Amino acid sequence: MEIEYTGQSGLYGLMASFDRPEPLLEAAREARAEGYRDMDAYAPMPVEGLAEAVGFRSNSVSRIVFAGGLMGAIGGFGLMWWISVIAYPHIVDGRPLNSWPAYIPITFECMVLIASITAVVGMLALNGLPRPYHPVFNVPQFERASRDQFFLCIEATDPKFDLAATRRFLEHLKPLEVMEVEA
Amino acid sequence: MTNPDPAMDRIAIWQRWSLIIGIAASLGAFAAFQINRAEFLRSYLFAYLFWAGMALGCLGILLLHHTVGGKWGMVIRRFCEAGARTIPIMAVLLIPVLVSLGTLYVWAGPEGARDADIQSKAAYLNVPFFIARAVFYFAIWTLYAFLLSKWSAEQDRTADAGLAGRMRALSAPGLVVFVVTTTFAFFDWIMSIEPHWFSTVYGAMFLMGLVLEAFALIIALLIILSKHAPLRDYVTPQHLHDLGNMMFAFTVLWAYLAFSQFIIIWAGNLPEEIPWYLRRLAKGWNAIAVFLIVFHFCLPFVLLLQRDMKRRAGLLLKLCAFMLVVRIVDVFWVVEPGFYQQQLQVHWTDFLLPVAIGGLWLAALFRQLRARPLVPLNDPRLRGAPRETVAF
Repeated sequence: MEIEYTGQSGLYGLMASFDRPEPLLEAAREARAEGYRDMDAYAPMPVEGLAEAVGFRSNSVSRIVFAGGLMGAIGGFGLMWWISVIAYPHIVDGRPLNSWPAYIPITFECMVLIASITAVVGMLALNGLPRPYHPVFNVPQFERASRDQFFLCIEATDPKFDLAATRRFLEHLKPLEVMEVEA
Repeated sequence: MTNPDPAMDRIAIWQRWSLIIGIAASLGAFAAFQINRAEFLRSYLFAYLFWAGMALGCLGILLLHHTVGGKWGMVIRRFCEAGARTIPIMAVLLIPVLVSLGTLYVWAGPEGARDADIQSKAAYLNVPFFIARAVFYFAIWTLYAFLLSKWSAEQDRTADAGLAGRMRALSAPGLVVFVVTTTFAFFDWIMSIEPHWFSTVYGAMFLMGLVLEAFALIIALLIILSKHAPLRDYVTPQHLHDLGNMMFAFTVLWAYLAFSQFIIIWAGNLPEEIPWYLRRLAKGWNAIAVFLIVFHFCLPFVLLLQRDMKRRAGLLLKLCAFMLVVRIVDVFWVVEPGFYQQQLQVHWTDFLLPVAIGGLWLAALFRQLRARPLVPLNDPRLRGAPRETVAF
């Protein structure tokens, strides 16, 4: 996702803080039911169901990893075949040059290697990382997102976003606090 | 049954039909026994191993569940307990094998007495010790099934929070005991059909397949019964996803161990080790070997990678049914070539005996399943939405 600085008067969005995961999950679900789409939730630990609550449906990492794994497997097998049949054709132990069972461990290892590299790189790329600047850190309390607080941020780019109305909506979720996030 | 309970009513109907089919097929099997005793026993052993493997797989999953405590295990615990409680019945059904060791196993017959190589193993491979070991294995497995069932029932009654810990304390070392005893049981019952051959990974390889088939059966039953209360209120797509992942794990584990055994023997290329594969890749059998690579590994591997496959009950149910068929082919391929040296032979008893033993075993399973509520009543881990806020 690209960084967007649009919205009202240099405002990135409105952020509500919670002290436990359950109210955050509830708030995310209510915000989605209310019609908000551009939002994100921040928690110090994985909260099961939260990704779905903020609108995550499926991601393309699994497909990228599958493609990576397939390429790794084909590449590994191809490498072994090329070495044993084309580049260094030695007869070992009376076996045929193309003794494919011997290639399988290397094929498997290459599949795992390339699949895991694509998983990490693909995840970072799709998340837009590394990213030196993110507006949510303009909120001083936000550092507690990695410690003991849970945050829901509705972004100003959302078509339904309205400073007063969205603030009222977030207030009624009974958060600890509702804060404006500068872009 | 007086109270209206559609789930239990369905299980009762399944139990009745399993019993009817099982008894009818057993009568046919008795006729087969009269016609050709050796054919009957070969089919019997293969069918027995498939269904005894279901019971053992259930016990294995139960031990695993109590050890790691994942929520996926909570919804299938009663199925595993019911399956584990059928182990004594499988002990009784082993008797036809135990009384005909001379017909089934070369080492117990006159041929074995003349073979110096087999004679050197006689301290282990002899009839009294074989029977004593079988009794010993079943005693241990029955003890685990009995204790875990008993404590689980106690938990239903008393809601004693300490019971979960006690079950874990029994199960964690129990898993080790289970893998060692099943390994030796399969050495005895199957590997000794070809007494010159040996492979240390054999027991574990066969066991992974059995756990896989037990998962396939239990997940299928769970999906069908989750249309009714009480499972309807507990089983979510997340549970099916986790159970599908377990099936995926055991598919891969089976393939890993099966290939490990193959590559070591293939690379060594030693005359005492390769006959096992030469027989299983002989005429006709090689087609089954290719079938297993494609349908026991490649296809389920690709299908179970997909999220939808695991979360949609209808799709997962179809895959489970398919895996049960593939599993029975695998057991056939592992067991039967030991008897037929040259080429693939399939007898009508190979179809009849799995139905006969399966009918009887399933009837026993459903009877045990009806004896308890379908979900554990007082285990704190069942409560709350599955995997919400806490991953395990």
